[in-house]
Amino acid sequence: MPRQRSSATTAECALEKGLRRRWRLGERAIEGGIFLASLLAIVVLLGIVALLLRQGLPIFSYTPPWAFLFGTRWYPVSEPPTFGIAPFFVATLWVTAVATAVAVPVGVACAAYLSEVARPAIRETAKPIIELLAGFPSVVMGFIGLLLLSPLIQSMFNLNTGLCGLAAGIMLSLMSLPIIVTVSEDAMRAIPDDFRQAAYALGATKWEVVRHVSIPAALSGISAAMMLGIGRAIGETMTVLMIAGGALAMPVSPTAPMMPMTAAIASGIGNAVRGGLQYQALFAIGLLLFLMTLAVNLVADAVLERQKRKFQR
Amino acid sequence: MTAASTVSRDRMPEHSTTKIRTEGVSLYYGAFQALRNITLDIPERAITAIIGPSGCGKSTFLRIFNRMNDLIPGARVEGTIQLEGIDIYDRCIDVVELRKRVGMVFQKPNPFPMSVFENVAFGPRRHGGNNRGELADIVEKSLRQAALWDEVKDKLDKSAFDLSGGQQQRLCIARVLAVEPQVILMDEPCSALDPVATLKIEDLMRQLSNSYTIVIVTHNMQQAARASDISAFLLMEPDRAGVLVECGPTSQLFTSPKDKRTEDYITGRFG
Repeated sequence: MPRQRSSATTAECALEKGLRRRWRLGERAIEGGIFLASLLAIVVLLGIVALLLRQGLPIFSYTPPWAFLFGTRWYPVSEPPTFGIAPFFVATLWVTAVATAVAVPVGVACAAYLSEVARPAIRETAKPIIELLAGFPSVVMGFIGLLLLSPLIQSMFNLNTGLCGLAAGIMLSLMSLPIIVTVSEDAMRAIPDDFRQAAYALGATKWEVVRHVSIPAALSGISAAMMLGIGRAIGETMTVLMIAGGALAMPVSPTAPMMPMTAAIASGIGNAVRGGLQYQALFAIGLLLFLMTLAVNLVADAVLERQKRKFQR
Repeated sequence: MTAASTVSRDRMPEHSTTKIRTEGVSLYYGAFQALRNITLDIPERAITAIIGPSGCGKSTFLRIFNRMNDLIPGARVEGTIQLEGIDIYDRCIDVVELRKRVGMVFQKPNPFPMSVFENVAFGPRRHGGNNRGELADIVEKSLRQAALWDEVKDKLDKSAFDLSGGQQQRLCIARVLAVEPQVILMDEPCSALDPVATLKIEDLMRQLSNSYTIVIVTHNMQQAARASDISAFLLMEPDRAGVLVECGPTSQLFTSPKDKRTEDYITGRFG
C-alpha cells in the first residue's frame, strides 16, 4: 500500500523521472464494470427469491404449510379447493432418484474410461459427442422417451402405460449424463500424475489405480458433478411433462404415472387465475423447488470444502 | 562401452552378486533414441548411483527396471534386462508382480491424498492383505524401517500432506518397503528436499542397503560420492541418446576415473 502522505520534493522528483503515479481511467472503468456485472447477478437472484416469496407465501394463509407439503389431494378448482403437493414432491423424488441411480454410475464409469483408459484420439472424439447430448432440446428428449422408451418399459414391466416416473427418470439421466461425465472427467484428469505413477510403481493394476487412486482423489469434483446432475434432473420440466404420465395420485412406485413438481407448475400455470389461490400455490411449489436445488448446491459446496481441507497439498 | 562394463564386473566388491544385469539396452521414444547399448551390472545389497548431466536418460534408464516406461505410449526397449537371471521384458512376465519386487521412490514426494496409515497400507491392501491387525503391524514395521515411526506414530490418521517434505519422502519409502520389494529404485529422491532431510534419507539408504538392492539416480555429485558403493556415469551423445561412459566402485570413479569425460564431469568442467 502506498503511503497516504507524500512530500512535495518526492512528487517533483517523481514527475521528473516519469515515476509519478498515473490515474489509469481504463483500469478503473473495467474494475467498475466487472463489479457491476457481478452485482447484477446477485440482484437478479435476490429479485427472483423475492418474487417467489411474494407470490407464493400468501397460499399458506389458506393452506397451512404442513397441509400443503403433506396433503395428498390437489384439487385447485374444486369448491373448496385443496392444495396438497405431496404427490408432486414424491414424484420429483422418484424421478430424480432414478435419474441419479442411472446417471452417476454410468457417468463416473464413462469419465474414468475417458480420463484413464481411452487413447487421446478416442477421448477427443468422444467428449464433444457426449457434450452434444447436453445441447439436445428437452422436448426432443421427451419425444424419444415417448416413442422409444415408454413402449419398452410398458412391455417390460407389463404396465397399463409406459408413461411413468421410470421412463422420465431414464430420459433425465441421459440429460444429466453429459455434465456428470464432463465435470468428473475434468476432475480426474486434474489430479497429478504422481499419484498414478506411485500406485503403478507399487504394483497396482489399472483398475486398482482407477478405483483406489484416481476416483478417491477426484471425489470432490465427482460429487460436485453428481450434485450438478441432480440439480439438472430436479429442475427439468419438458421431458417429465411429456413422459412422466401426469397422474395426480400419490406415486407408490417408480413405474406409476406421476406428475413431478416442475410438470405440475408448467401444466397448471396456464389455467391459473393471476393472483388466485392456484396461482399462489404454483409459486409456492416453485419456491420449494428453489429451496431443493439450493440445498443440493449447499451440500455440494460443503462436500467440496471438506474434501479440500482434508487432503490439501 | 564394452570396456566399461568389463571394468565394472572386475572391480565390483567381492562379496556381492549381481542382482540386475542389463545387456545392450537401448530405449526409443518413437523414432527418438533415448538410451544406446547400455550394459551394466547392479550388485545385490549395495547402493548403485547413476549419475550424469540433465537429460542424459538417467531416469529413463532407472524406469526400465520396473517397466514404468511401459506406461509411456511409444516407448520401446531393446536388449535384455535380467532380474536374478530372469528376463523381465519377457512376454510371460507379470508387470504387477515385477513392480512388487522392484519398488520406486520418485523425485517429488508423492504421497497419496490419504492418511499416513493408508499410504503405507496401500500396497499391502492391493496385494490381498486386509486384516486390520496385520496391516497395522506392516505399517509400523515399514515406518520404523523408514525411520519415520517416532515422528508420525501419533498422527497415523492425519493427512500425509500434513508432513514436511522430508517426512513425506520417507513416507514414500515406507510405502515401498511395505510391499517387501527386493530392489528399491530412487529417482533423485532428495532433489526437492533441504540438506538436513537429504542427509536423513542418505542415512536411511545406507541402512536399507543391508537388506535391499538400491539404485539411485542423482545429479548431485556429492550425494553419489557420499552415499553409493557403485557409480555409473551416463552421458548424452551428440544425437541426444544416453550412453554409459564408465562404471565402477564409487571411490575409484571419483578419484581415478578411467575416461576423460568422466573426469571432466566430476571435476565440474561441464554438465
